Amino acid sequence: MITQPAIAGYALQLGDDALIMAQRLSEWISRAPELEEDVALANIALDLLGQARSLLSYAGAMAGHGHSEDDLAYFRDERDFTNLQITELALAGFGEETARLLAFSSYQAELYQRLRDSRDETLAAVAARAAKEVAYHRDHATQWVLRLGDGTEESHRRMQAGLARVWPYTAEMFRADPLGQALAAEGVAVDAAQLHPAWAGYLGPVLSEATLAWPETVAAPGGGRQGVHTEQFGHLLAEMQYLARCHPGARW
Amino acid sequence: MTGPAELAGVRAVAGQVPDPEIPVLTIADLGILRDVDLSADGRIQVTITPTYSGCPATDTISRDIAAACARHGWPDVTVRIVLSPAWTTDWLTDAGKRKLREFGTAPPARRGGPGPVPVPLSVRCPRCGSPDTREVSRFGSTACKALYACTSCQEHFDYFKAF
Repeated sequence: MITQPAIAGYALQLGDDALIMAQRLSEWISRAPELEEDVALANIALDLLGQARSLLSYAGAMAGHGHSEDDLAYFRDERDFTNLQITELALAGFGEETARLLAFSSYQAELYQRLRDSRDETLAAVAARAAKEVAYHRDHATQWVLRLGDGTEESHRRMQAGLARVWPYTAEMFRADPLGQALAAEGVAVDAAQLHPAWAGYLGPVLSEATLAWPETVAAPGGGRQGVHTEQFGHLLAEMQYLARCHPGARW
Repeated sequence: MTGPAELAGVRAVAGQVPDPEIPVLTIADLGILRDVDLSADGRIQVTITPTYSGCPATDTISRDIAAACARHGWPDVTVRIVLSPAWTTDWLTDAGKRKLREFGTAPPARRGGPGPVPVPLSVRCPRCGSPDTREVSRFGSTACKALYACTSCQEHFDYFKAF
């Protein structure tokens, strides 16, 4: 049964993923290892923010509560966010960020590629636009993983450590979610649980070409889709929401 | 009653609105002006499509279209943004590509095949015409550009990514 609140909930999940990943990536501006990478990560964040705007606006419209994209981004609390935990992790270095970008953009690439065929016209349109963008992000991350993994001894060590840091959080991306599965059965959503083979099929050859080992890690408990988040997430929201909450209704 | 001639007039005016970030290009050159028609309530409606999801120029372009139409005697034009079908650089007109080249930005190569990331074989330097160029950065000053350098004349230049 396709209901508008169900579609709203699904759009919110994808929108929250894009929004929080955009926020984390923009923290790199002025701190990346080279100027070109500042520009690259900012551009990727901007693409994701654009996806988030479309998805949150749609979630607000379908939920019927009259919330705008800004209401949803700035005036919800921690437990109301449904993003995957991998997007919110506070990471320590460029190796870890590159590992996250590779893992997450590869997931988004598989998801959006399939969501283009959604029976929901808006989701299909957002996905058609976003599929091209995230393919470019994935390619960018791939270039870095090859360069660092098959680089010096030190860059290899850091890239492998980066994979080990984020890999426990990749399991959550493919965990069966009742909302996504119900909508997938109706041809509206993509069942993320089905994406793992394609995801691993892309990443396997990339890691082996980069002389990196596929990380053997234990899955983190997850729970982002149910509003369960890591300790650092509150800090991220504090920074992201501070201005809008101090000056409600501010325009620029 | 709004007739076809009037809609054509609005299309001409809207099409001449420059892109705020690449001002040598009009939105007609860019291929983002999709349609001019009447909405259900009888108002003239201009439909555009964004280049990239996060393109910050989209809001400015919407305002500029409404303002240009108002200046030409159509104060009540609405601008609608549609995402589908997704914009591609294949919609850039030949005139647009020529203007880009004269502006010093290499126009996008036509995309080849259905691959996920179309990579053009060679990008010609817009200043000296040499095909001997290299990619400096996959991302540039705006979402739609990458940064290249020419090995022949040593100039750096923007490349409008094939997308």
